[in-house]
Amino acid sequence: MKESIQEYLAELEDIPGTRVYTAQRARQGYWMNQFAMSLKSAANRERWKADEKAYLADWPMTEEQRQSVLDRDYNRMLELGGNIYFLAKVFSSDGLSFVQAVSTMTGMSVDDYQTMMRAGGRSPDGVRSIRDSD
Amino acid sequence: MAKIVAGIASSHIPALGAAIDHGKTGEDYWRPAFAGYEWTKEWLRKSAMPDVVILVYNDHASAFDMNIIPTFAIGCAEKFDPCDEGWGPRPVPVVEGHADLAWHLAQCLILDEFDMTIINKMDVDHGLTVPLSLMFGQPDAWPCKVVPLAVNVVTYPPPTGNRCWALGEAIQRAVESFPEDLNIQIWGTGGMSHQLQGSRAGLINAAWDNRFLDRLIGDTDELRHIPHIEYLRETGSEGIEMVMWLIMRGALGKKTRCLHRHYHVPASNTAMGHLVLEPE
Ligand SMILES: [Fe+2]
Repeated sequence: MKESIQEYLAELEDIPGTRVYTAQRARQGYWMNQFAMSLKSAANRERWKADEKAYLADWPMTEEQRQSVLDRDYNRMLELGGNIYFLAKVFSSDGLSFVQAVSTMTGMSVDDYQTMMRAGGRSPDGVRSIRDSD
Repeated sequence: MAKIVAGIASSHIPALGAAIDHGKTGEDYWRPAFAGYEWTKEWLRKSAMPDVVILVYNDHASAFDMNIIPTFAIGCAEKFDPCDEGWGPRPVPVVEGHADLAWHLAQCLILDEFDMTIINKMDVDHGLTVPLSLMFGQPDAWPCKVVPLAVNVVTYPPPTGNRCWALGEAIQRAVESFPEDLNIQIWGTGGMSHQLQGSRAGLINAAWDNRFLDRLIGDTDELRHIPHIEYLRETGSEGIEMVMWLIMRGALGKKTRCLHRHYHVPASNTAMGHLVLEPE
């Protein structure tokens, strides 16, 4: 390895609007992600849909994490250690596609987001680095 | 003797699976995405059906939760069931493994200093089943056996591109010491540019993706040296899946020839790329 782990990790934090799923986030979000994972089972999804608060009470998450899940605030969930592939079980249980759920994090409507994607997506220009906002 | 006769690279976007499962591939939105697979389906059916596919993919919080995170895991079971990812399992056939070959690979790779995780029971998610649907359509049973090779690209750090390429080279060596005559393909899946999180979601970088495709062809090995941060900055947080394509590329030897190439934007949130390569 050419660079130190500290340098490697510092670079990962230098991307605008992006939370790379590092060890720190994996530890912070452990229970939130395990909760989300539990929704893979149809029986658990039934219990979850019947009473979300009661279902969440069974998982040793922080109050902030619980609230962000109840609010379906995906940016907040990511800030609190969530990972999108785990959280996908939450929006899939809600019957949402990746496009529908992901667009909520961009401040755009689903339609505007779809229009952007059809036009070739979001350009990386200007959003490569926080440090040198190119 | 077994031999790797071809490599296929393809995105494994879940929405492609959903479009196939719900009969939407003919819709205006999806037609150009699927059109690029017609050549490959025909080629496979007429002249290139493998006995076994070594299918490199990643698990998306399906078989592996946060308790066990193997960097490289090889599926040694007789069969693998499609997994429930939150909307019920995809209506696709059970995936038949090739336990003899998988155990052979595991043993050879470990002695070749790649410390593989051996998996005896594992459900497989869209990362593995979508490429099968793209290449084989909707048969009652998959036409070949599959050795799943799952790579961690979710929790950082994933393996380096160089390590992935070297694993591919070791897989080629291991395959060639398997005594049975088998035509084997290796598939690298995931990508291309996409970001599924935060304010930068929807990022696509067609120029970068196409340079990546260019360099999978021929005798260059430049792609080995792309650092994780470049994938992240240039191709979005989920573009890192492309390191898995380098396992496929490494397993094809020094030089490749391109038989087919396809690139399309968008498929859901993602740029899709597809290559069919032969060792040269
Ligand atoms: Fe993926």
